[in-house]
Amino acid sequence: MMAVNREPLLQVSNLKRYYGGSSSWLRAGRTIKAVEDVSFFVRPGETFGVVGESGCGKTTTGRMIVGLDRPTAGSINFAGEELTTLSAEEWRIRRRKMQMIFQNPLSALDPRMTIRRQIREPLDLHDIGIPNERDAKVEELLDAVSLQPAMADRYPHQISGGQAQRAVIARALGLDPDLVVCDEPVSALDLSVQARVTALLQDLQERRGMAYVFISHDLRIVKKLSHRVAVMYLGQIVEVGDTDDVYRQPLHPYTRALIAAIPDMAPNHRSKRTTLQGDPPSPAAPPSGCHFHTRCHMARESCAREAPVLREIGGAHQVRCHFAEEFAS
Amino acid sequence: MQASYFAKKIIRSVLTIWLVVTFTFAALHMSGDPIEALVGDQAPAAVVAHYREKFGLDRPLWEQYVSYLHSIALGDFGLSMSDQKPATTLIAEALPNTLRLGLVSFIGGLTGGVVLGIVAALNRNRPVDRFVMSFAVFGFSMPNFFLGILLMLLFALHLRVLPSAGADTGWHLILPAITLGTHFAGTFARFTRSAMLEVMNKQYMTAARAKGAPQARRVFWHALPNAAIPILTIVGLKLGDLVAGSIVVESVFAWPGIGRLLVGAVTSRDFALVQAILIMVAITMMLTNLAVDFIYTIVDPRMRTSEGARA
Repeated sequence: MMAVNREPLLQVSNLKRYYGGSSSWLRAGRTIKAVEDVSFFVRPGETFGVVGESGCGKTTTGRMIVGLDRPTAGSINFAGEELTTLSAEEWRIRRRKMQMIFQNPLSALDPRMTIRRQIREPLDLHDIGIPNERDAKVEELLDAVSLQPAMADRYPHQISGGQAQRAVIARALGLDPDLVVCDEPVSALDLSVQARVTALLQDLQERRGMAYVFISHDLRIVKKLSHRVAVMYLGQIVEVGDTDDVYRQPLHPYTRALIAAIPDMAPNHRSKRTTLQGDPPSPAAPPSGCHFHTRCHMARESCAREAPVLREIGGAHQVRCHFAEEFAS
Repeated sequence: MQASYFAKKIIRSVLTIWLVVTFTFAALHMSGDPIEALVGDQAPAAVVAHYREKFGLDRPLWEQYVSYLHSIALGDFGLSMSDQKPATTLIAEALPNTLRLGLVSFIGGLTGGVVLGIVAALNRNRPVDRFVMSFAVFGFSMPNFFLGILLMLLFALHLRVLPSAGADTGWHLILPAITLGTHFAGTFARFTRSAMLEVMNKQYMTAARAKGAPQARRVFWHALPNAAIPILTIVGLKLGDLVAGSIVVESVFAWPGIGRLLVGAVTSRDFALVQAILIMVAITMMLTNLAVDFIYTIVDPRMRTSEGARA
């Protein structure tokens, strides 16, 4: 992995997104804290992985970054500019440099438009280049994602899932983004196609120097792609650090359990195999103290009372656990 | 695929028309004696026999049927029994009035309904939405004749601003067109709303936002064309209601169109005229539904390929 050490491209601070609750006393107490105080940064050209179970707030975080969802509180700073205070129209224009790739590529394409028109649309919307050169640009983009030029005249129902995801990637590339938020971009694809799309994303990053926020529940793909990784649980980041550090020496019991659940990726120093029991609690009523204590095999009495903070343990490795040091040894 | 697809549709349409012809023939012959209705039950036997012969009613049923099919194939629908004019002439006189009323109310209802549906969908669960949906329920659950009479009472009798019967001026068109159009507007508003809401939930709508498309473009460029597919299905079905609705509304407002002509023809057992009108209505329905099928292939690219047609 290449060494990237520059000023952050994206700085997310104390981001919160709550749903419901505010408008009516009937709903009081039913606030869903989808994202609770999330902070991280992404450097130019790097991949920041976000992993967690469904409902942990990783998708909501991604949607807020690209402006599809408005944060309840917190700040999003992109390339030195604060985005949360922008009007909808300003945000729409600024969005150019930030694109998103979706989970289900076939439904992310308008069934009534040819691939050419879909890839061309962002170019028209943001007035990129000279209009009659845009079709040539479309061909160029198709080539960049290894799609045959003949695909341009197909409709979404005439191409495969893998081809559709390549088209979606080409559509995002057209605006020459600095950051692409990839929300589970390969989880709807067949395994063999997954590998090829993953390789394409890596290849494009090397050639164009884009940064990715890579959201996934698949720890193996995140390990392969990410320079740094954050693990989310019930709207909070519980562990964040360089991918190598986090996977080699996970310091949060939740991360340890997730990694132990991957058959061939269990940490080699594990004392015993831990598996997660049950489903995550509802974000409408998160457990007291440490949100994870209800499922943590390490939980002690104090965990239910005192909420741990995200703190640094050795270099850039941060953990939200009272007893992280015990794993570090 | 297109040619064979439409060839099949056309063959099916011709078969349907034949069924309509046969069915009306059978139904009319079973439902009473037209000569009695024409000359009255006091008429001398010789007069009755004369008319029977004149209209070919003395011949065996199958012979009447075959000769009827034959002349229809040649475009001859026979003479109206009550005023001795060719049935086609009577239809040609009434048709422009019906088309005027039908087109104005259908197109008006479709436009108004689609606009209301879009407005409701964009304001989902807000007061605007609830207001539009209340209107829609009112529109399609109110029987035509009842709404027509209410409007007539209010605007013609009470306020005395609009004429209540006839088709002499453009003013005469307003009340019947509103009566008929309200029904369509209500139906289309409801279907447009739900079709738009469904489409707006799709990921490509989120994708359109993510790539920076403004709302107007998202609605009219991405959402509406995709929502048009289910709306079009309802348009096809509602064309049938247009015929039924016209019959009622034309009778209420004494509008000299096909609907009123048909009601008169049925009452006086005017075989030739009833059959001619029913066949004309059937052919119109076939043609409009063929047109709807054809528009599908324009609106939905998935219909253009055989694989898509199956899916």
